[in-house]
Amino acid sequence: MSKRLPIPLLIAALGLLLLPPTLLALGLTMTSATEVVIFAVACMALNILVGYTGLVSFGHALFIGLGAYAGAFLTTHAKIRSLEVILVSAAALGALVAVPVAALCVRYVKIYFGMLTLAFGMVFYTFVLKFYRLTGGDEGLPFLRPSLLGHSLDAMPKIDYLVGPYYYYSLGVLGLAALGMWRIVHSPFGLCLKTIRDNPTKAETLGIGVTRHRFYAFVISAAYAAVGGALLGPPTGNVDPTLAYWTHSGNIVFMTLLGGFTNFFGPVVGAFVFIYLQNWVMSIVPYWRLIFGAMLALIVIFAPEGLMGLVARRRRASAARA
Amino acid sequence: MILQATGLKKLYGEFCALDGVSLGVAAGEFVSIVGPNGAGKSTLINILTGVTRPSAGSVRFKDREVGGIGPARLARLGVARSFQLVQVFPDLTVLETLQAAVVARLGRGNRLFSSLARDREVQEGALEVAELFGLGDERHVPARQLPQGDKKLLDVASAFALKPEIILLDEPTSGVSTADKTAIMDTLVAASKRVGIKAIVQVEHDMDIVFAYSHRIIALHQGKVLADAAPAAIVSDQRVMDTVIGRKAGRPRASAC
Repeated sequence: MSKRLPIPLLIAALGLLLLPPTLLALGLTMTSATEVVIFAVACMALNILVGYTGLVSFGHALFIGLGAYAGAFLTTHAKIRSLEVILVSAAALGALVAVPVAALCVRYVKIYFGMLTLAFGMVFYTFVLKFYRLTGGDEGLPFLRPSLLGHSLDAMPKIDYLVGPYYYYSLGVLGLAALGMWRIVHSPFGLCLKTIRDNPTKAETLGIGVTRHRFYAFVISAAYAAVGGALLGPPTGNVDPTLAYWTHSGNIVFMTLLGGFTNFFGPVVGAFVFIYLQNWVMSIVPYWRLIFGAMLALIVIFAPEGLMGLVARRRRASAARA
Repeated sequence: MILQATGLKKLYGEFCALDGVSLGVAAGEFVSIVGPNGAGKSTLINILTGVTRPSAGSVRFKDREVGGIGPARLARLGVARSFQLVQVFPDLTVLETLQAAVVARLGRGNRLFSSLARDREVQEGALEVAELFGLGDERHVPARQLPQGDKKLLDVASAFALKPEIILLDEPTSGVSTADKTAIMDTLVAASKRVGIKAIVQVEHDMDIVFAYSHRIIALHQGKVLADAAPAAIVSDQRVMDTVIGRKAGRPRASAC
């Protein structure tokens, strides 16, 4: 059993280390590689709810935005530049804000849960848009370049910083996040989440606290999403309300569906394919949303378990033939 | 008495589903609740398992009021149940399902980072129950791929994995072929002795099963207790046999317990 743990993680780590050269070969920029890694964290955050607890949130941009604004605020107003401190603060703030939001949302399921999370997301969006003094309104807040592991890298040209140390730092964060998430979904707590996803009525008769477990899953998910959000700041150097807009929540749901929420690495694959396709399609036609809309429809109809689901299906089929 | 219900009433608008039902279940008993459709059996079992709150009356489990406290808390106190319409976790394997029950029993559902695979107590506890119910060979099969009879067994087995003091089974053999019914009941009774379950209450339509396994039969009719007696006394009561069981019921077999 203990042998099973590191192998998929090692494969994923190797894949991400090889990601930059691959992306360059595919004609993408390194900044989009960083984007892939950051969105992978955010999608993994969403997937503990979607894939393991059976709750689809359309409001995770709230926590992504929260993490990003926390980082921007710390670097500009509090003169804190250490990214470690920023990430921990973002996670803590995400969890803190999630407590009341989750307490309300997890009493509902399905579309009601989705709409409620969407509503909270819109409230937050309006808040950052209107509270000019704190958030800079529609102009946003600058996210000053953070130091990594105590090294101030202000002298480095921006591109070098982003494609070099910052990429590998984000990759490290993703690695740690994945390791933590792997442990969570393979723990007794994770098993309880899966029972609730599959059949809450039955879970309850086994004595599993359905609402309580949903609540914890939501808070964990929010903390992870806030970490992803904080990582999103430095590449643009500025945090604005579009980060907290609901279409951003939608994109993360899309990525997770695309990769496959039934698989642990589905969200990572989804983030990669989404960003790659987005760049590629945008470079050819201006109507990338049209193409993505059609793609989403096709996925839902023909591959409801996403790309990783397709892989698993082919593997099962070849195993059956053998 | 482990479980004691007094004066239970349940009104759904104008309709009176239960009209002053009282019953008790003592340690060592196998009690069957019978009655025609609409007699209030499902309402009664839902009240006894904490799902439905009674309009009036009380349910006491080991001298503690448990009426309407909810199935999760009741399960943790030691009252387990299975369902008439089989309830499983479609994507979880047999073993995972039973592990979930053991995790819940041991109160380890909040362990966030510890490894489930290395929790020997949970692993062995689940495997033990799987073997007890003859599901050992299918332990890695997801529940949705199991045949109907095994789904039913898994539903019951997961309730047993809670090691409750009393178990309430809502038609444990419904949807199972007549040939398999006795096998399921034998497995169930044997397992309850091994697990240490003190009392079994079942709702059952199959009168052969009811008479073969029960120590006591409670007959419901129109929300009221029509009879509460040993199988032998029920058989000799023509009024009960007519209204509750119908004339079609043949000569009952002798009690096996």
